[in-house]
Amino acid sequence: MEATKKEHELIVSVSPHVKSEETTSRIMWTVSLALLPAFLSGVYFFGLKALFITALCVVSAVVFEHFYLKLVNKKSVVGDGSGFLTGLLLGMNLPASLWSFSPFTVHVPIIATFVAVVITKQLFGGLGYNVFNPALIGRAFALISWPRAMTIWMTPTASFLTMDAKTTATPLGILKEAGMSELIKVFGDKVSLYEHLLTGNRAGSIGETSAIALLIGGLFLLYKKYITWHIPVSFLGTAALIAWVFGQKGALFAGDPLIHLFSGGMMLGALFMATDYVTSPSVRKAQLIFGAGCGALTMLIRLKGGFPEGVMFAILIMNCFAPLLDRGFRSKVFGAVKTVKEIKK
Amino acid sequence: MSSHSTVSLKDQILNGIIKENTIFKLALSLCPSIAVTNNLKNGVFMGGAVLFVQVMVNMTISLMRNVIHPKVRLPIFMLVISGWVTVTQMLMAAFAPDVYAKVGLYIALIVAFASILARAEMFASKNRLMPSMADGLGMGIGFLFALTTISFFRELVGKGSLWGYPIIDTKPVLLLILPAGGFFAVGILMAGFNWINARAAAKAAAKAKAALAAH
Repeated sequence: MEATKKEHELIVSVSPHVKSEETTSRIMWTVSLALLPAFLSGVYFFGLKALFITALCVVSAVVFEHFYLKLVNKKSVVGDGSGFLTGLLLGMNLPASLWSFSPFTVHVPIIATFVAVVITKQLFGGLGYNVFNPALIGRAFALISWPRAMTIWMTPTASFLTMDAKTTATPLGILKEAGMSELIKVFGDKVSLYEHLLTGNRAGSIGETSAIALLIGGLFLLYKKYITWHIPVSFLGTAALIAWVFGQKGALFAGDPLIHLFSGGMMLGALFMATDYVTSPSVRKAQLIFGAGCGALTMLIRLKGGFPEGVMFAILIMNCFAPLLDRGFRSKVFGAVKTVKEIKK
Repeated sequence: MSSHSTVSLKDQILNGIIKENTIFKLALSLCPSIAVTNNLKNGVFMGGAVLFVQVMVNMTISLMRNVIHPKVRLPIFMLVISGWVTVTQMLMAAFAPDVYAKVGLYIALIVAFASILARAEMFASKNRLMPSMADGLGMGIGFLFALTTISFFRELVGKGSLWGYPIIDTKPVLLLILPAGGFFAVGILMAGFNWINARAAAKAAAKAKAALAAH
């Protein structure tokens, strides 16, 4: 009796309307699969530490979600993979150097995961109701709380077992501190710099370094129609435009957009974080504006702000506007009667 | 004008601390509770200042309630409040200048606290001296309690110290002493406060039910 009644209950939720549990978990696991190349590249360059940090985030995300849902007497939905994906994204957004016991920083990914899964996602109502991207809030919380630990970047060594690695600055860090000529000098010449940025052989968060691996994952998602081109293209396009026009100090139209596109978290952010279904608009026009806002804010922070990197804050700020944008660009209901105002026109 | 309060003075005080706690229950005056509570000392002094102003304002208004013309009551309330805030400001500047240097701006802002004007309008202007004083005391203590809890939590977790003295040696969660952390702290503590209250209410309800059944 009870079961049949449950099946016929109508549940009205916020968009996007997912038809069944099966579809949700399918999306989650496919996105996780799309992240695999970038993750493997991170493990290749930063070794075991990268693997440990990501695994720590994934395991704690699943555990926190399970126990929170138990605590509030809800059905545990660990199998749908959204906790797994949040943990994976968060882990890929952290520096591998956090796996360190003196000074002890292993608690950082665990607390960041707690903030992401419990505070950002579950306290706001769980999957589909969170205002902000959980993984990014987790990272923002960690960056603000432990600014030292979160900005120690390992030199990519490409030797799997290296546990005590040298540290270095990220390309964007060098760009901010010393300028373009110094950045090119560090990597030899411009071609070599592009090469390092594309392959991922540079300092940075675990999953953000390899532009090629991220593009492969992104194109896979586009091909599978899990994301549309609107947000990534307007995000990257706006950022590239601003980098080209204002990127060079003292001269207009002399900046190098490619360096900005392939450094920092730009690719990971544009392809995987800004396209999150829950925290981005679902109307196409709104998505274009959302992406453009992300790109513009990112470049504003990179060129004028105090942080060398701005993708995270840019996406979080635009997350606030997602519902508003959706409302402003809502498509007309098919067959709806014209209002008096429209007829007068 | 004087509708006598029937509740006891003790209940009147407890009302402000628990049932109508300015911050945790009414969510009023959140600006100062986030701005000044990044260390315990500031929180306690701010809470103390509000307690003092609330009690004195309630008593003054209560004594004056029969001579204030209803049409001009709000300006009069504001005058009384700003008078007592000025007294507080001067006292603090004289006896705790280091704290005053940090929270002075927010002390002046007490004038605009919704909670103080609301108690003057809703309670003190309709009640006699003692209930009004008890109400001010309860409201003020509730505010002091909230600010102390928030600043205790924030300084301990954010800085690892209390009242300026270092307590824990490990790396603290720096975010909590930053403005954004204030929202986290208030949100978490508000949830905790309501959770405890809800549990207590459920327990009381169960007890009453059991007593009824036994009867």
